[in-house]
Amino acid sequence: MAVLEVKNLGISFGGLRAVDGVTVAIEKGELYGLIGPNGAGKTTIFNLLTGVYRPTDGTIFLDGENITGKKTTYINKAGIARTFQNIRLFHALSVLDNVKVGLHNGHSYSTLSGILRLPQYHRTEREMDEKAMELLKVFDLDGEAGLLASNLPYGKQRKLEIARALATGPKLLLLDEPAAGMNPNETQELMKTIRFVRDTFDMTILLIEHDMKLVSGICEKLSVLNFGQILAQGETSAVLNDPEVIKAYLGE
Amino acid sequence: MKGMKKTTKDHLITFGLVIAVYIIVQLLITTGHMSSLMQGLLVPVCTYSIVAIGLNLCVGYLGELSIGHAGFMCVGAFSGGLISKLLSETVTNGILLFVIALAAGTLMAALFGFLIGIPVLRLRGDYLAIVTLAFGEIIKNIINVLYIGKDGRGFHFSLSTPVELEEDGLWLINGAKGIAKISRLSSFTIGVILILICLFVVYNLVNSRSGRAIMAIRDNRISAESVGINITKYKLMAFTISAAIAGAGGVLYAHNLSTVTATPANFGYNMSIMILVFVVLGGIGSFRGSIIAAAIMTLLPELLRGLYDYRMLIYSIVLIVMMLFNWSPKIKDWREAHSLKGRLGKKTAKEAE
Repeated sequence: MAVLEVKNLGISFGGLRAVDGVTVAIEKGELYGLIGPNGAGKTTIFNLLTGVYRPTDGTIFLDGENITGKKTTYINKAGIARTFQNIRLFHALSVLDNVKVGLHNGHSYSTLSGILRLPQYHRTEREMDEKAMELLKVFDLDGEAGLLASNLPYGKQRKLEIARALATGPKLLLLDEPAAGMNPNETQELMKTIRFVRDTFDMTILLIEHDMKLVSGICEKLSVLNFGQILAQGETSAVLNDPEVIKAYLGE
Repeated sequence: MKGMKKTTKDHLITFGLVIAVYIIVQLLITTGHMSSLMQGLLVPVCTYSIVAIGLNLCVGYLGELSIGHAGFMCVGAFSGGLISKLLSETVTNGILLFVIALAAGTLMAALFGFLIGIPVLRLRGDYLAIVTLAFGEIIKNIINVLYIGKDGRGFHFSLSTPVELEEDGLWLINGAKGIAKISRLSSFTIGVILILICLFVVYNLVNSRSGRAIMAIRDNRISAESVGINITKYKLMAFTISAAIAGAGGVLYAHNLSTVTATPANFGYNMSIMILVFVVLGGIGSFRGSIIAAAIMTLLPELLRGLYDYRMLIYSIVLIVMMLFNWSPKIKDWREAHSLKGRLGKKTAKEAE
C-alpha cells in the first residue's frame, strides 16, 4: 500500500482554483519530486497535506488513515513532517534544543516532573540528548549543538530544519525547496544527505525543487504541476522528456 | 552538554545573589544601618520582584505582552487576604496561615489566568496587550463593588449593594473599602523565600520539555505546530503559571498591609506598567534582571529622598541610563568584552586549548 495516497485534491481561494484534481500515490521508500513553475501550487499542496489549509475537495490517506481536514498537530503525530521554503527555525533556541522540540511528542514527561526535576525528567532528558545528538551527527551538525540556531550559516540551517523534522519520527518527509539559496557544492552535499536519510531511516520523501540537477539526480518519480493541475507524472526520465513539460516548465 | 552546564551555573549565580543580598540586608538591619523607611520597602521589593518574574515568563518566554498582570496580583491579594481573615481565628500559627493564604491566592490567580487566557491567547501582539489591560481593569473594578460578609445567618455575598449584617457580622470584603485588618504575616524573610521558590519554578520550567515547547511557539508558531506542539495547551500553561506567580506576589503584598483596597495606584494600569518597566529594564527573558530592576527602581526614590524635588528627575535619568546600558548594541559589546563572566569564559577557553 502506498504511504501517501492523494485523490482528486483541490482547494479554492475565493474564485481562484489554486490546486485542482491532484491525484498522487507515493510508495514507501520512494524519493518523489514535485516540480512546476512559480505559482503552480506546489507549496499549497504541502500546506494541504500538513493541514495548514483545509482542502475544499478530495481526500488524503496516510498509510491507510484518512487525514483529510485534520489539524497540523494531529497530522504531524500521524506521521508527516515538513521543512519550509523560507527557513522557520526556533531561532533563539540552541541547535540541540531545536531538535529536542522535534522529539517533544516521542519523549514525554509531565510539566510537574520537569519543574520538580523528578527522576523521570533526568532519564527522559538524557534519552532526548542522545537521540538529538545522533540526528545532528547525521547532518554533521554535532559540533554546533550549543550554538543558537540563528547563528548557523544558511546551508546548515536548512539541514537543521530537516533534522528537526526527522526528530518527530515521520513516515513521510516533505521538503520544500531544500536546495534554495545553496551553491552547487552545497547542493551536491545535500543530495547525498537526502539519499542517506532515505536509506538509513527508510524514509519516504516528497520534495519540491527548482534545481533540475537535484531533481533529475535523486528523484525516482516526478509530478509536474502547472496552474494547480498535474501536467505529467511518472518516472523522472520520462517526465523530463515529455514535450508538454518542456513547453510549460523547462523551456525549449 | 556544555550548554546545559552553563545555564545551571547561571541559575546558581542568581540564587546566590538573592541569598547574598538577603544576608547583607539582615546584617544591616541588626547593626542598625538601615532606616525604618528602607526596611518598610523590603517586602514591596520582594513583591514586585515576584510579579516581575511572573510577567517575564509571559513576555520573555511566551512572547506575549500582557499589561494586565496587576489584575492577577489583585486576585491573589484579595483571595489570599480573604482566606487568612476567615481562618485567622481557627489557624493560630502565622506561617501556616500564610501558607494556606498563599496557596489560595496562587490557585485563584491561576484559575483567573486560565479563564482569561482562553479568549485572550487567541489574539496576538497589540490586541492581546489591549485585552489584558481591559481584564486587569475589570478585575479591579469588580472587586471595588464586591461585598462579602459573614454573620450569624451565614455568608452574604453581593455585587453593588451592601447587605445589612447582624450585629456580630463581619465584613470580609467591604466593597471599595477592601479587606480590613489582615494579619501582617509578610516579612522580608518570607518574601525572599518566595522569590527563591518562584525562581526555582520558572528556571526549571523553561529548561524542561514544556519550556522548550513554549519558547518554540514564541520563536515560530507555524513550525512549532508542524512538529506537533499543541499551541493552545502550552500558551495557556505559560500564561496560567505567569498569572499564578503574580498572584503569589499579590498575597505577599496583601499581608504586608493591614488594609487592602483595589485602587488604581496599587492594582491598576500604573502597577501593570511599572512591573512591565522592571521586566524591560532588567532584560526581557532575564529573571535575574527583573529582580535587580525591581529592587533598584523601588529603592531609588527612597534613597534620593534627600534631593527633594529632583528625585523624580534622577529617577527618570537612571531609568534611561539603565535602558541604554541594557539595550544599546555598543554597550552590549562593551559589557561582553569586560564582564566577569566573559573573562572567566575566555580563561576556560584557553585552558581547553
